[in-house]
Amino acid sequence: MNSEELEQIAESVHRENAKFDHEINVCMGTGCLSQHSDKLKDALSQAVAGQGKSCFVRRTGCMGLCAAGPLVLVDPEETLYQHVKAENAATIAASLGGEPVKDLKCSLREHFDQQVHIVLENSGHIDPEKIDDYIARDGYKALVKALTEMTPAEVIQQITESGLRGRGGGGYPTGLKWSTVAKAVGDLKYVICNGDEGDPGAFMDRSVLESDPQRVLEGMIVAAYAVGASKGYVYVRAEYPLAVSRLTTGLREARRRGLLGNGICNTSFNFDVEIRLGAGAFVCGEETALIASIEGKRGTPKPRPPYPASSGLWGRPTLINNVETFANIAPIIRKGGKWFASIGSERSKGTKVFALTGKIANTGLVEVPMGIKLREIIEVIGGGVPGGHKFKAVQTGGPSGGCIPEHLLDIGVSYDALLKIGSIMGSGGMIVMDDTSCMVNVALYFMEFCMTESCGKCIPCRAGTAQMHTLLTRISNGTGTMDDLDLLEQLCSTVKEASLCGLGQTAPNPVLSTLKYFRHEYIEHIVHKRCPAGACAMKFAEEVTA
Amino acid sequence: MPAITPPPLPSDDKRWKIVNGTMRKNGFARHALIETLHTVQSSFGYLDDNAIRFVARSLRVPLSQAYGVATFYHYFSLKPPGRHTMTICTGTACYIKGNDKLVAQAEKRLGIAQGQTTKDGLISLTTARCVGACGRAPVVLCDGELNGQMTGDQMVAQLERWSAE
Repeated sequence: MNSEELEQIAESVHRENAKFDHEINVCMGTGCLSQHSDKLKDALSQAVAGQGKSCFVRRTGCMGLCAAGPLVLVDPEETLYQHVKAENAATIAASLGGEPVKDLKCSLREHFDQQVHIVLENSGHIDPEKIDDYIARDGYKALVKALTEMTPAEVIQQITESGLRGRGGGGYPTGLKWSTVAKAVGDLKYVICNGDEGDPGAFMDRSVLESDPQRVLEGMIVAAYAVGASKGYVYVRAEYPLAVSRLTTGLREARRRGLLGNGICNTSFNFDVEIRLGAGAFVCGEETALIASIEGKRGTPKPRPPYPASSGLWGRPTLINNVETFANIAPIIRKGGKWFASIGSERSKGTKVFALTGKIANTGLVEVPMGIKLREIIEVIGGGVPGGHKFKAVQTGGPSGGCIPEHLLDIGVSYDALLKIGSIMGSGGMIVMDDTSCMVNVALYFMEFCMTESCGKCIPCRAGTAQMHTLLTRISNGTGTMDDLDLLEQLCSTVKEASLCGLGQTAPNPVLSTLKYFRHEYIEHIVHKRCPAGACAMKFAEEVTA
Repeated sequence: MPAITPPPLPSDDKRWKIVNGTMRKNGFARHALIETLHTVQSSFGYLDDNAIRFVARSLRVPLSQAYGVATFYHYFSLKPPGRHTMTICTGTACYIKGNDKLVAQAEKRLGIAQGQTTKDGLISLTTARCVGACGRAPVVLCDGELNGQMTGDQMVAQLERWSAE
């Protein structure tokens, strides 16, 4: 494969597409598929053929606005239809070339206008199982450029210049990580893509893998070239069967095109990728635990150092990055690190994909430039809290993050700003809560999660989360005391300071942040034995009335 | 390294050949343990002692390690599933949208707790930690098929349909 061949493939795809006057893109991500968008696609194909329209019906990945699914995008008019059912196929087919169907039209311009798509630029526009579709949208240009025009050091230089930071949540500078692995001594090095999206309430990685698997692979191959690795693994959750099957197809297609395997792009560079399935353990998102899991062992973390960069998978230097991090690599190489660094805020560059869910009108996937105000994401892009309820808090970072109250919504989204207010960027889950959610109950929910997901290796996490869970249960059901609250706060700092890995170190965050901003709710539970949101069942109150 | 003869297949059930195939594809390497257990679970529906023993011997992994792995990961089940499985997602988005009521309602209707199977072996009730369809919360999987924005009535209706079979 070289740049001329890429051009030829792209041209033939464009030629093929130009034969049709219209294109109908049907979202077949997990969200829309659950509403039978596969049947919708068949119905549309039949309707178009039956009415003799010059139109091509394409299966695509996620279009983002899951709340309005199944979604259908008609090109070149760029008409977006929402809640489309198979019965509507004939109407849509008949409208081609004329006026769009009014009843189905989705007119949420403000939802899309505020977004900047880099990671998701192909999502919803290409067939995720066709590598040629990806190539037709500048796919693999970055790889060819890196392999034929750049040295590994120059690739790392561009990544460093871009200011890209790890999108898995930690925010470690990607360029620095790559150069550490590149400098590590070893005949065999590995590249691992972390797709163990364990944070409940987040689905960015699933969506990227389902909608644009080649993008992730290209990022991995460029990374392997930069650090000198010859073998890669994608670790995906077994709960994401669609992502696994699209990735499997993607790997096969990439091998067929000579973009994986031996002598990639007619150079001496060899690299191949295998899929490893997770098996439902949140802790495996931690890099040393993930490595243990790939080695076929229980996913328990190891003390660091040594870092995986020097001693990782089977003791070899290993580069681990998140799915979204890898998805950012190709555009950076293609357009340069400076271009990427021009987007975003001072210390957080580029964009971030968020999974916007909970009590919000437009649930789904959004990609916004770093530095955008939380308020803008929630009120403009998300469309605010529905049902006449009042916004209470937004939770970022999942079980490792915190709840952000209304008065802090005007901060810009960046790694440092979120850390400062007691939450974290996390992998991108953003869950909106209204006045029907009780903050004590939310803290209890996350603590229960951390307690069951604790791997049991170190005592602060194993025993600490269980004790904190007991205390929170007591407070939430009205049998807690002010002493319990003191003890809870002490335990939080113990678990935070003394745990071995990120799971334990961040497990107290949901408690600490709710205590910081919603302390009155805890007090209400303890002193007045009542839950202001009406979410907690009060043991005490029931006994009294009974 | 001396050639190792893998143990004979536990029975002439064809599914063992699929399991063996996964191990062969990975060169009977020890790190294929999780991959192989995935194959066992997808072929048989769960991992029984017999299967864990067979996989451990084939891959030359200590039985303790194989059992440790099988019990560490939530995805693996050591009990046979019912004829139908209802999985209620307990991810954060589903929690905010009130999945606890769904769990309580299903438990009441079936007379079992989550993680159990009805006595007649018809329906298993399980929970999952986020299936990644948060945009459609609350989510319930009926025999693996994803259903979004599920109401209690819809869920009970599905349980009734299964019971009536």
